[in-house]
Amino acid sequence: MPEAGEKRKAEESYFADFAAMERASNGASWLRALRKQGMERFVEMGFPTTRQEAWRFTNTAVLAQTIFRPALPADDSSAIDGNAWFFRGEAARLVLVNGHFSARLSSPASLPRGVRVMSLRHAVESHGALVEERLGRFADSAHEAFVALNTALFTDGAFIEIADGVTLETPMHLVYLRSDDAEGTVTHPRNLVVVGRGAQALVIESYRSSAEEKYFTNAVTEFVVGENSSVEHVRLQQESGQAFHVGNVVAHQGRASRFLSHSVSLGAQLARHDIRSVLAGEGAECTLNGLYQVGGRQHVDHHTTLDHAMPHCGSREYYRGVLDGKSSAVFNGAIVVRKDAQKTDAIQSNKNLLLSEEATINTKPELQILADDVRCTHGATVGQLDPEAIFYLRARGIGLEAARHLLTRAFANDVISRIHFAPARERLEATLLSRLSAEWKPGEVL
Amino acid sequence: MLEVKNLHASAAGKEILKGVDLEVKQGEIHAIMGPNGSGKSTLAQVLAGRDVYAVMQGEIVYEGKNLLDMAPEDRAREGIFLAFQYPMEIPGVSNMYFLKAALNNVRKHRGLPDLDAMDFLSLVRQKMKLLNIDEALMSRAVNEGFSGGEKKRNEIFQMAVLEPKLAIMDETDSGLDIDALRLVADGVNALRSPERSIIVVTHYQRLLNYIVPDFVHVLYNGRMVKSGGKELALELEKKGYGWLEEELQIA
Repeated sequence: MPEAGEKRKAEESYFADFAAMERASNGASWLRALRKQGMERFVEMGFPTTRQEAWRFTNTAVLAQTIFRPALPADDSSAIDGNAWFFRGEAARLVLVNGHFSARLSSPASLPRGVRVMSLRHAVESHGALVEERLGRFADSAHEAFVALNTALFTDGAFIEIADGVTLETPMHLVYLRSDDAEGTVTHPRNLVVVGRGAQALVIESYRSSAEEKYFTNAVTEFVVGENSSVEHVRLQQESGQAFHVGNVVAHQGRASRFLSHSVSLGAQLARHDIRSVLAGEGAECTLNGLYQVGGRQHVDHHTTLDHAMPHCGSREYYRGVLDGKSSAVFNGAIVVRKDAQKTDAIQSNKNLLLSEEATINTKPELQILADDVRCTHGATVGQLDPEAIFYLRARGIGLEAARHLLTRAFANDVISRIHFAPARERLEATLLSRLSAEWKPGEVL
Repeated sequence: MLEVKNLHASAAGKEILKGVDLEVKQGEIHAIMGPNGSGKSTLAQVLAGRDVYAVMQGEIVYEGKNLLDMAPEDRAREGIFLAFQYPMEIPGVSNMYFLKAALNNVRKHRGLPDLDAMDFLSLVRQKMKLLNIDEALMSRAVNEGFSGGEKKRNEIFQMAVLEPKLAIMDETDSGLDIDALRLVADGVNALRSPERSIIVVTHYQRLLNYIVPDFVHVLYNGRMVKSGGKELALELEKKGYGWLEEELQIA
């Protein structure tokens, strides 16, 4: 089987990357051990195949057969274009170009005491014990091949720590850019966010490229959400249309904490998002929102897991998809209610708008309920633009294309409007719109 | 202004309009009455350009132009307005945005510049007062969660803002209580002008007490079977459509 041969070669190339890294590294032994474990698990598991239930509708064959070389630090300036910044206003920005921290493009902003924002690499050197205690604790290297691969090979990322009781209004923006010579390269961004008791934080991750190139991003972000704390997370995936993007987000929530996640996935030829939160303390609340909007031959997959481990927790999940062309999407929403998680209240909704007859969606709730006193509801819809609504708009003088755009935008905007942080919300509205039509003016309220 | 000649239209292969003739001159108000299923709403929708109805025969001339060649949006821009019997709910689009987009499309077509936010707002406020519409309604999504009466008032409000040359009101009175009916009628009457023509499609005579037509036509089984002045509406109200059926059978 030539495919199997190609795949093995690609897997071997990751192993070679790992070996080279091991030779070069004189870093902390705990980290070397963690990486080694990751590599071993990846070699054992290999890339997932469509025979695995969680990957049934997302074929990684092309990704698995492509040999990507590790991305080298690039000339920062080539990655920067006018739109590189995701939103306006003050933020602590951590910028990584081709997976390497760029001190020149990053701006720490003036952060209050008790807040640490730095590159993960730096944190490993200066706050080793802190990182060691948390890194890889919740992301599942043992069962997730891409997490294992990331753990083995990550070069850098962000480390954020918010001390107990600190309320941080300034957003922390993690910007992953690709330079215009990133063709054929891979990065494994790794982020660790630790939010203390009663603290509050806003973390934005954006992934984008300035050039239409084929590359691979394999990111992992771990959140430790302390008791009574509140975290909003916005993740924008706007990679090149040729790119592969695999992103894992894992949150571990303490008692009475709130985690609000928004995943907006627009780019890449193949994007896979695994978003999981463990509600590990009583009274924790989690909201997972998401929007995927794809066209052409793009494929986007969201696998979400809400793991209710303790009683009296609530989760809300609200995902919408817009599919055009020959694109395809997957939504798989798992809700696990463990034996002790009585009084769980979980609501899930996934709505899809198909703009073309050739687009396909696979949507599935996956409920695993072991407690008896719970409320779990779920619903999924797949539909087209309503011709009567289009006629209504046209009968008021709005042209056919504009009417279609307006309705599509309104559908997508329903997710975006749930982002609390206004500058990110507005920037996203503008981004979505520029993909749809030139008629809208920035700042205009829909 | 509008000439409908021998109009035949069908939906899903079933002929609904079977040769309708109608002439509306500038400034006139015409009422089209008829029992359920006679084709009233079909006629209204065909005039606005709804494509589920196929025109098999006949012509519609509007201001000297072939209306059937025009897309729905072009008809609207040329001054035709259909007040829907069942106004659509458009979640996620505010009334304000929708109306502004509509108005600026119409203005653009007339060679006028876009209204800026301030001018638009003052125009809208003035028209809202006319129809006793709450300003909070403007920031709500189009018709979403509106009561039946609010939806109908919103239609007339849009009409007031867009100032059409030919307004077609499709059963605007259905589902309205007497107070809402009066408000709607007042709104329409305020728009009466020698330049504006109005077609009122209704099942009942009630609305015509408030919006007094110049002509009344009866559409029955896809054809205009009787025309007259406003007194025809009263006669229909008194005798019902059954009377007409008998008369037609005799004839």
